[in-house]
Amino acid sequence: MTKTNDPYGGGKYLSQGPDDRRALLEAIGVDSIDDLFASIPASSRFSGQLPVEPALAEVELARHLRELADSNGPAQGVLSFLGAGCYPHYVPAHVDALIQRQEFLTSYTPYQAEISQGTLQYIFEFQSLICFLTGIDVCNASMYDGGSAVAEAILMARRLRRQGGKVLWSEGLHPIYREVAATYATYRDLTFEIMPLGEDGRTIVPPIDDDVVAVVVQQPNFFGIVEDLKAAGADLENHPAQYVVVTSESLSWGLTVPAGDVGADLVVGELQSFGNGLNYGGPLVGFMACRQSSVRNLPGRLAGQTVDENGERGFVLTLSTREQHIRRAKATSNICTNTALCALATCIHLCSLGRNGVRDLAKTNLAKATYARQQIASEANLEVVYTGPHFNEFAIQLPGDAVEIVDRCSEAGVVPGVPLGWFDTERSRQLLVCVTEIHRRAEIDRLVTTLAEVCR
Amino acid sequence: MAEYPDSYRYTKDHEWVSFEGDVGTVGITDHAQNELGDVVYLELPEVGAQIKEGQPFGTIESVKAVSDLVAPVSGEITEVHTGLIDAPELVNDDPHAGAWMVRVRLDDAAVAETLWGADEYRKFLEETAEGD
Amino acid sequence: MSANDQSGGGAARQGQLKREGLIFEHGAPGRVGYSLPKLDVPEIDPVESWGADQVRDDIAGFPEVSEVEVVRHFTRISQHNFGVDTGMFPLGSCTMKYNPRVNESVARLPGFAAAHPYMPYSMMQGSLELMERLEQALAGVTGMDRVTLQPAAGAQGELTGIMLIAAYHAHRGEQRTKVLIPDSAHGTNPATASFCGLEPVEIPSNSRGTIDIEALAAEADENTAALMLTNPNTIGLFEDQMDEIARIIHDVGGQIYCDGANLNAILGKTRPGDIGIDVFHINLHKTFTTPHGGGGPGGGPVAVREHLAPFLPWPTVERDDSGMLCLDWQRPQSIGKIHTFQGNFAILVRAYAYIRALGPEGLRQVAEDAVLNANYLRVKLEGHYHLPYQQISLHEVIFSDRKQKKNGVTAMDICKRLMDYGYHPPTVYFPLVVPGALMLEPTETVSREELDVFIDAMIAIAGEAETDPDVVKGAPHSTFLRRLDEVGAARRPVLRWDPQAADTDGD
Repeated sequence: MTKTNDPYGGGKYLSQGPDDRRALLEAIGVDSIDDLFASIPASSRFSGQLPVEPALAEVELARHLRELADSNGPAQGVLSFLGAGCYPHYVPAHVDALIQRQEFLTSYTPYQAEISQGTLQYIFEFQSLICFLTGIDVCNASMYDGGSAVAEAILMARRLRRQGGKVLWSEGLHPIYREVAATYATYRDLTFEIMPLGEDGRTIVPPIDDDVVAVVVQQPNFFGIVEDLKAAGADLENHPAQYVVVTSESLSWGLTVPAGDVGADLVVGELQSFGNGLNYGGPLVGFMACRQSSVRNLPGRLAGQTVDENGERGFVLTLSTREQHIRRAKATSNICTNTALCALATCIHLCSLGRNGVRDLAKTNLAKATYARQQIASEANLEVVYTGPHFNEFAIQLPGDAVEIVDRCSEAGVVPGVPLGWFDTERSRQLLVCVTEIHRRAEIDRLVTTLAEVCR
Repeated sequence: MAEYPDSYRYTKDHEWVSFEGDVGTVGITDHAQNELGDVVYLELPEVGAQIKEGQPFGTIESVKAVSDLVAPVSGEITEVHTGLIDAPELVNDDPHAGAWMVRVRLDDAAVAETLWGADEYRKFLEETAEGD
Repeated sequence: MSANDQSGGGAARQGQLKREGLIFEHGAPGRVGYSLPKLDVPEIDPVESWGADQVRDDIAGFPEVSEVEVVRHFTRISQHNFGVDTGMFPLGSCTMKYNPRVNESVARLPGFAAAHPYMPYSMMQGSLELMERLEQALAGVTGMDRVTLQPAAGAQGELTGIMLIAAYHAHRGEQRTKVLIPDSAHGTNPATASFCGLEPVEIPSNSRGTIDIEALAAEADENTAALMLTNPNTIGLFEDQMDEIARIIHDVGGQIYCDGANLNAILGKTRPGDIGIDVFHINLHKTFTTPHGGGGPGGGPVAVREHLAPFLPWPTVERDDSGMLCLDWQRPQSIGKIHTFQGNFAILVRAYAYIRALGPEGLRQVAEDAVLNANYLRVKLEGHYHLPYQQISLHEVIFSDRKQKKNGVTAMDICKRLMDYGYHPPTVYFPLVVPGALMLEPTETVSREELDVFIDAMIAIAGEAETDPDVVKGAPHSTFLRRLDEVGAARRPVLRWDPQAADTDGD
């Protein structure tokens, strides 16, 4: 019988057969494969079998993973109104089809520009789209996620300011973004001060002293409130501190005033809403955009336009001296990955929505969420926490512990929102509800009746 | 080998200084620009900044490398050649004149005596070239 | 192929390649590429609701294109890319291996893909079980005790790893300032150390390409927080004195961090946890075939020994008293939060699927074939290219351009010429300890015939460097674009589409 590679598992991913291995060993001039590992001394050698479960054939593997996936709520038609930094939007089929083209999916970071023009061109388009959306000059090629983007923005603000060490951040900044930024700043001489929210849910910006390096406001904020960015940044016009505007729900930009037009120095956050699914929270699409004068301090990759030897337009990664592989210990950050494929999905979705679609989709979200908010107030008799203008999310006050109420609603097949007590114990009776274009009126009505029953 | 003006003084970090009274004008040498390749960006200090001999006072970048500019003298910056930021290619094209970088009011004008003359710098280049 | 045939082997594809403008140069007013559900609730006028000064106009600058135009545009530009399925991708240190398609389909199962990160745990037992199983598998492969799946990429994993070590020392009341880093290390290593307020100290390599033990011993002291090691190192060589290295570092109270970039070579052959390593980060896209995606998204799990587990980022996957899986947010000694949620879950699904497809024997076979293939390249190309380290290598082999340089042909020229022959170039000018380095890593997923054709191409280029160096120096000749002006791009950066500049150009 001919010996073959393992037909019962992943043998099909190996391109050398038993005969090939013999031929290669002979060509190399060694007797056995062990000779090639001779540099690993006996004391370092692992000789047992790896404690990993036995191989699965593809049919078994697909079944095993389908069983795991099917045991999750979303496979069983659970109705959910969760947002809080990761938003349920419809991803058009062509977006996912295009990002699965192997030329995008399996390509490398575009250091070799001549065979990476596809990636470089869409990064350039992505950068341009985000500049148009945010009203600011330069955007990088994407980052890991909103949390790390906020963290990097604060570190960048510190580099630009060169002195001072105080960061003022809004209570309306996503609490986990604050956590990630605090982790990144562990070894920096920075202090963080919370700017509270008023009754309308908008940030109250205190007088800004000399020590401040950054003022950080989220639009719309964590509680779904549309901030008045111009008013919040008014005192920053003649102050060297960086005005950092964050978003976790970038779809809102279809309607809100571009941050760059109202004084923002850095615009950062999350683009998952465009073209990317929920995926249990990752991968996401962080980004960071700044003014032209700060570009040399911007972390992350950048694609730039240039020409080839024949004068044809092309694109390259540029200003790479900012990055770790050149500067090593002096790099602006240690990031060497963006989230290129997710940024591609964002880019494709944004191009498809085009000049009018971002606004139209945002208006749909506004209408659905407003309906839900009004129905919850009138039919379930639950009050909203803040009186200010909302986009597609809002916080409501519950009569009891939000975690318990969520559990009880969940038993009825409705996950009504995110319990805010997770982030702040003083908010243990508050719930953050998100409604988007995926929710039909009947589903919103079901949310309202479920909440009304459970809270009665 | 390129022309190294006899009236200038030089350092092992490949910077040149030309002295006029208590003011020194600083740039990088032809050898330095040649080693760096095409210069794409410079970061220079602001007028009024204090620089200190042997300490970095700015950076210079080519496509693939970034180097510190090391101050050849100590003193206060009185003038900065901001035009270089928009035309960094001058550093490659005319390193010893057109691409001057900063003028410095010297803490001690006698510093000129401690730096190399053109002959010494040329000799240094020949010696270090042998190592390749 | 004759020396005059400048197009090399890649020319056949060229007929398909068309120039493709930017998306901003497509479309016309009034075209749409989207569809909206009809509004089943009352319409809200944002100007009335928010006030006129809070509402923007439409997005000037955005294209107006149909879905058809979008699909054609992105399909066309994709054809200017080179992927793993296009051909051999011998990019040293980057482990560009085949990405199984089943991994793509299972990651898209609605039960995984449509799950919100704040779903109640009781509804997410399947995903949490996958995370628990993946953690166990990675711990098993590396011989470590606990694994965080949270870091979004290798570099973030590296940052997490060094923060864990810093937190460990701080918890013990020690102020250590130095991180020892071999000179062959990845550029991220010193960047990460500085980021954590630690001072990187370079340790030289010996003539065999491994760490100079005497230099290490001389530098290691009670101020040493960590040694950052890559093993096998970036030259593809195993640090054969691990016992001694571990003793030196642990004797002074330091920790050993190992960069897992080269895990592919040692699967089932040696385990970091068994040879004195305290922290190990894993690049899922390298060893465990999650697609590179043109530069992310990645996954950078960090595996640690038990004594570092309390410091792992929160949340970790745990079981409660009833055996239900949940995410533990209460980790008082934790370094904090690294990812906004619990990591790049969709990437974790792919890595888990790969490990389950191979099983223990398959994983070991991966390492064996990867090493076999690299050594085959070594013996076949030695003589044609300078080989700075003569010994048997592991999964990658380093040559240099020393022979070709005599004719003015550099490593970069050789790279660009390989494109004409239909290959993605190898890694060049890395590691820095080898001038003009060409670093080849074929991986286990190429066949003998593919290796032979690649070897022929490399030998042909070595010949061209002798007989017709200009054809190599002017390469690539057959790609969609010729060499690009990086200097111009950096001197006067154009980083976004500017419709006004474009209009002026047209006048």
